[in-house]
Amino acid sequence: MTEYIFDQVRQIAANVFNVPLEKVTIKSSSTTIENWDSLQLLNLVLALEQEFGVQFEPEDIEQMISVELIVKLTQEKLSKTT
Amino acid sequence: MANIIDWVHKANLANDKTGMVNAQQTVEYDTLQEEIKQLIVYGEVRRGHALIVQLWRENPSLSLAGFVISCFERLRPNLVLIPCRIAILRSFTVEPVIPLLRAAAFVSGIDLSVNVGSFNTYPQEILDQNSGLYKFKPDIVILAIQTCDVSPDLWSNFTNLSPGEITAAIGQVIDNFSSWVQMFRSHSQSHLILHSLEHPLKPNNGILDIQSETGQIGVIRHINRELLHLSVEYSGIYVLDYDALVSRHGRMFWYDDRKWMTMRMPIAANCLIHLANEWLRFLHPLIGKVCKVLVTDLDNTLWGGVIGEDGMTGIKLGPEYPGAIYQTLQRVILDLYNRGIILAVCSKNNLFDAMEVLNHHHGMLLRPKHFAALRINWNDKIENLREIATELNIGMDAIAFLDDNAVERQLIRSQLPEVTVIELPDDPIGYAQALRDSPVFERVALSAEDRDRGRHYTDYRLRTELKQSAISLEDFYRSLQIEVEISLMTQETLIRVSQLTQKTNQFNLTTRRYSEQQIIEMAANPNSRVYTLRMRDCFGDNGLVGVSITHYNGEICEIDTFLLSCRVINRTVETALLATISEQSSNEGIQRLVGWYLPTKKNAPAREFYSLHGFTCVMERDGESFWEFDLTCGQIVSPPWIKRQVLIKEKILNDRIYF
Repeated sequence: MTEYIFDQVRQIAANVFNVPLEKVTIKSSSTTIENWDSLQLLNLVLALEQEFGVQFEPEDIEQMISVELIVKLTQEKLSKTT
Repeated sequence: MANIIDWVHKANLANDKTGMVNAQQTVEYDTLQEEIKQLIVYGEVRRGHALIVQLWRENPSLSLAGFVISCFERLRPNLVLIPCRIAILRSFTVEPVIPLLRAAAFVSGIDLSVNVGSFNTYPQEILDQNSGLYKFKPDIVILAIQTCDVSPDLWSNFTNLSPGEITAAIGQVIDNFSSWVQMFRSHSQSHLILHSLEHPLKPNNGILDIQSETGQIGVIRHINRELLHLSVEYSGIYVLDYDALVSRHGRMFWYDDRKWMTMRMPIAANCLIHLANEWLRFLHPLIGKVCKVLVTDLDNTLWGGVIGEDGMTGIKLGPEYPGAIYQTLQRVILDLYNRGIILAVCSKNNLFDAMEVLNHHHGMLLRPKHFAALRINWNDKIENLREIATELNIGMDAIAFLDDNAVERQLIRSQLPEVTVIELPDDPIGYAQALRDSPVFERVALSAEDRDRGRHYTDYRLRTELKQSAISLEDFYRSLQIEVEISLMTQETLIRVSQLTQKTNQFNLTTRRYSEQQIIEMAANPNSRVYTLRMRDCFGDNGLVGVSITHYNGEICEIDTFLLSCRVINRTVETALLATISEQSSNEGIQRLVGWYLPTKKNAPAREFYSLHGFTCVMERDGESFWEFDLTCGQIVSPPWIKRQVLIKEKILNDRIYF
């Protein structure tokens, strides 16, 4: 399940940040991806909410500083909804 | 009854399916994204483009927006896209809407440059002539502000306000909007779109509120009516009914309070696309990315079933279900006809069978008189569409194509990419809505000519038949009994004049597009003249079909704009207009007429205009040519077969209309 969510997050992040898919790894963060600023993070959060049908809290968004954490938070949300 | 229950049950099943998590879909999209990337890398532009469009139409998501934009940025050199500069003034975070807007615009053939004003600085940007807003030189400006920002008192403090305070708050909001619009108009000629103010989800006073006109809802409605007045008072100002947009998609689902409180982003992720699409509906008519003709199929589109197999009594068409599905679609098409959209039929059918329905079926709302061209035969639809374009004297890009058959749609999309193909859902009950949703038929203003256009084109059909039977060309012109009326533009004809400069492609010497505001300024300039030509003939009144704009400079008169609506090309009325300009200029002491011919892909019909009228070419570069006519050596003569009435007073300057 984690791997599947990672694949999705990776594709969405690549689209939103406008970087090649290969550039996005589980370790990617605001320091390794140039376009990762607060506005693009908001775009990413909204895209994730739309794709997965979940809703992130302001506290969640504050924690979203790497792809790894985003995958973890997304998985938590999904396990709560099902 | 059993049928209805069965049907409802099926509808529920369909809903369950769409309610599933998007995950499965996402996997498919990922592989498609890879395929598209490959196609672009290998230079398969057409196929790549078609797939992106299809992908976006199926799922216009936030994630996909980034992908679509990056594809189009690579494809840009190979595509014909209309550029457009748009500035957004806002009181909330609109940034997440921008990728959706740009992606949706790209897919519709529009290349957007977007400038987003700083957060909540819209009053300064409008008032300061040197602000970033005006430096950006936008074609279109959107003022997107929320009720809670423009009047916090009316939004959240309403129950504390005395009647006097409410009146004062209303006055304040209206004054603000008036001064913004007024200042904007004095600094810029761009179009301005105002968001109407939205109602609260639940009024502060509960159900008591709506019992009086001065409740919270009543007050907001009052302000919105005043915004409409502003849009009538000033040219180029339009209202976007934001409140209607919110309620259309469900006020309960529109907002995301957490993101509003933390990031000033009030709209839920799933609703952002609706705002982007609503903005796009305005962009289409404002930049002229519109269709003039709807070409429709017959079987399973205008009625249910196949006339050749089911017969007059077997096809489904009438006020009851399922015939009502098709009657509803016909009603939408009739609305388009009344908006000035020309209708045509393209159907694989036996002519006799189809005409039987068009003429005699009781359920038909559309009749042969509504259609300017009919192609009912067994030829392929590509050839038929080309013939319709020739017959109606329009370009392929002016055509929108309506057909229930996905194969035909795909054929047209791939072989005639200029044609707009209306996407239809699988279930016919969604056809009417899909047609209403198409932005290519949107108009922001309607002239009397628009309303009568369908009739003009039916007249044209008969006129062409006459041309074929006439003996000599001169006899033909005489037989038309053409009458023209030439005058200077007035307030009443302003919309039409601006519209003609925006839309006329073929008989247009310079193809310069002017907004209403720019036309007003030229009309008010003592050295410029904006001429209009109305025309009628034995078949009917064609209305205002010709425009010319001239500028005097010493002894020279430059023809800035000279155009004729395509429906009156080849009837020598252009000579009558040119003759009037030459006489008028001579009377005002002008010695030479000059003008450019600027070639485009479409204006070949105007290429020989100056040489045919005795002008000399004095300069030529890159296909553009500059022409001159010496008025001291001769005059341009109006054709003797045209009855010409010139309604320009002697003392032009005193009689000119100032706005």
